[in-house]
Amino acid sequence: MKKLMMALTIATSFAVAGAANAQEKLKVGFIYIGPPGDFGWTYQHDQGRKELEKALGDKVETTFLENVPEGADAERSIERLARAGNKLIFTTSFGYMDATIKVAQKFPDVKFEHATGYKTAENVAVYNSRFYEGRYVQGVIAAKMSTTGVAGYIGSFPIPEVVQGINSFMLGAQSVNPNFKIKIIWANSWFDPAKEADAAKALVDQGVDIITQHTDSTAPMQVAAERKIKAFGQASDMIKFGPETQLTSIVDNWGPYYIERAKAVLDGTWKTHNVFHGMHEGLVVMAPYTNMPDDVKKLAEETQAKITSGELKPFTGPIKKQDGSEWLKAGETADDKTILGMNFYVAGVDDKLPQ
Amino acid sequence: MTMFEAILLTIATAATPLLIAALGELVVERSGVLNLGVEGMMVMGAVAGFAVAQTTGSAWLGMVAAILAGAAFSLLFGFLTLTLVTNQVATGLALTLLGLGASAMIGESFVGLPGVKMASLYIPGFSDSPYVGKFLFGQDPIFYISILLTIGVVWFLFKTRAGLTLRAVGDNHTSAHSLGVPVVRIRYLAVLFGGACAGLAGGQLSLVYVPQWVENMTAGRGWIALALVVFASWRPWRILAGAYLFGAVSIGQLHAQALGIGIPSQFMSSLPYLATIVVLVLISRNKRLTLMNTPTSLGKPFVPDR
Repeated sequence: MKKLMMALTIATSFAVAGAANAQEKLKVGFIYIGPPGDFGWTYQHDQGRKELEKALGDKVETTFLENVPEGADAERSIERLARAGNKLIFTTSFGYMDATIKVAQKFPDVKFEHATGYKTAENVAVYNSRFYEGRYVQGVIAAKMSTTGVAGYIGSFPIPEVVQGINSFMLGAQSVNPNFKIKIIWANSWFDPAKEADAAKALVDQGVDIITQHTDSTAPMQVAAERKIKAFGQASDMIKFGPETQLTSIVDNWGPYYIERAKAVLDGTWKTHNVFHGMHEGLVVMAPYTNMPDDVKKLAEETQAKITSGELKPFTGPIKKQDGSEWLKAGETADDKTILGMNFYVAGVDDKLPQ
Repeated sequence: MTMFEAILLTIATAATPLLIAALGELVVERSGVLNLGVEGMMVMGAVAGFAVAQTTGSAWLGMVAAILAGAAFSLLFGFLTLTLVTNQVATGLALTLLGLGASAMIGESFVGLPGVKMASLYIPGFSDSPYVGKFLFGQDPIFYISILLTIGVVWFLFKTRAGLTLRAVGDNHTSAHSLGVPVVRIRYLAVLFGGACAGLAGGQLSLVYVPQWVENMTAGRGWIALALVVFASWRPWRILAGAYLFGAVSIGQLHAQALGIGIPSQFMSSLPYLATIVVLVLISRNKRLTLMNTPTSLGKPFVPDR
C-alpha cells in the first residue's frame, strides 16, 4: 500500500511538472514549400529548425507542414498551425506572403515570420537573405573556370530573389570577363528533379560548361557530374552528388536567426522587422571551394572576404540595365528596396525576363 | 554525339516512365478498373528501387524491387476495390496519398545519398554510328523494355484470346461473368500488371533518369500517365505517340528557352500539356471509334451474384 502511494505521488508530481513545462513551452511552427528531404532549400530550413530545438531544448516545441503549395492551401495550412497553438510561425517561401499577412490579421497574438518577402505587419516580420552575395562570388569563379565563356542558369520563377541572383552572378562574371554569357532556363517549378535534370542536359547540349541553379534539387549537379563539367550547388552543400563537379555552393544558415527570434518571443522582446542578412551576419555561407586551381580559389576567397567586410557590394555602379539605360552611376550602390523588388536584368544578360 | 542525337536521347529518357506507367494503366482500365493510384505506385517503385540498388549496389536488383513494390502496392488497391468493392476513385486517390507519405518515410535514410545508375547499352560499331546510333543501340535497358512492352501489350490485347477476354471483362462484366469468365481474377491480374508497370516506371526515375531519392520525386508524372491513357483513347500506339510527344515538347521548350527566343517561359512550360492534349484529341476525333475503345464498365463496381 505504501509503495502504491509512493508511486502515485511520484506519478502526480511528474504530471504536474509536465503541465508546468507545457505552459512555458513555446510552440514554433514551420511551413515548408518542399519536403525536408529535398537536400536543398527546405532541407536547410529544417536544419535550422533542428538547431533551434537543440539550442533551446525543452523550452520550445516545433512542428512543420511540408509540401505546402503557394496559394489557397498555404493560407489554410498557416491557419492550422496558428489554431494548433503555435505562437511563432515561420513561413519559408516567397509565395506565402499574402497568405501570411491574411492569417496574421486573424491571430494578433501569434508572431509570424515570412522568409524572402517584403510585406510586414505588427505581428509579421520579414527575414531575407542576401543570397546574391554568394552568386557574385560564383560569377567570378564561373568566368575564371569556363573555357566556352558561357554558363547555364536554371531558374525557378522570375521573382526578385532569383533575378537578383542572375544579375549578381552576371556582374561577378563580368568583373573577370566582360563578354561572359549566360543561358537561362526557367523550370517554372522549385522542385522537380527530373525536369531540372532535363534543363541541365539541354544547357550542356547547347555548349555551356558551368551550371548554376536556383531550383532546389540535386539533379542538375548529377547531370553536370555525368557530363564532366563543373557546377554550383544550391542552398545546401551538394558535394556528395558531384565530388569532382561542385565548385562551391551557397549554404543557407538559418539556425542562428531562428534561435534568436524564438528567444525574443520567450523574453517578450519580439518586434516586427524587415531584415536582410547576408555574409556579414553569417546567414550566407559558402561551401568549401573545390575542384578549381589555387589562383581561382584565392580570388574567390578574396571576393568573399570583401563582401563580408562590406568593402564590396555586388550592386555598385556603374551598372547599365539590359536595355542599355543607366541604372547606377559610378560608385552608387543599389538600395535594399530596389534589390528586393528587382524585376529587370543588367546589361549582358541575353534573355527576356518573363513578366 | 551531335546535338540532334543528344536531344533525341533526352526525349527518350523523359518519355519512357510516362510510356511504361501509361501502358500498365491502359491494361488496368481495359479490364474495367480505374486505378488513380499510379502516382503512388510509381513513387513506391522509385523508393524501393533506389533503396535496394543503394544497399546491394546492383541497379538490376533495384529495378526488380521497384517492380515488386509497385505490384505489391497495387495488390492493396485490388483487395480494397475488387474484394471489398470500395469506390475505385476514392481508393485510387487514397493510394496516391498513402504512396507519397509511405515512400517519404521509407526513404528518409536514403535522402542525400548518390545513387546507382543503370548502365547504358554499348554495342561496338553500332552504338557509334552517326545520328541515331546512340538512340537505337546505346540507351539504358529500360528504354528497350518500354518499346518491347508496347509491342507486347498490343499483341496481348488484340491478338490473343486472353486479351480478348480481358477486354470483354472491361466492356461488360455482367455478360462476361455469365459466360463463366472469372471477372475478379482477371481484374486482379490486370491491376497487378498495372502496379508492376508503375513500379518499373518509378524505378526508371530513381535509377536511370535522376539516380537519387528525394521525396515526391515523381512530381506528378503518374497523373500525366493517367491522362495519356484517356487522351490516347485506350490505344497502346497512341500512348507511345503521346508519351514521346509530351517528352519532345518538354525538352524542346527547354532548348528554346536556352536559345533565348523570347516567348514567356510560363507559356513554354505549359506547352507540353497543351500540345499533347490537342494532338491526341484531334487524332481521336472519330466518335464511333473512340466509343468502341472505351471500356464500358470502367470504374463500375462488380459483385458476382451467386
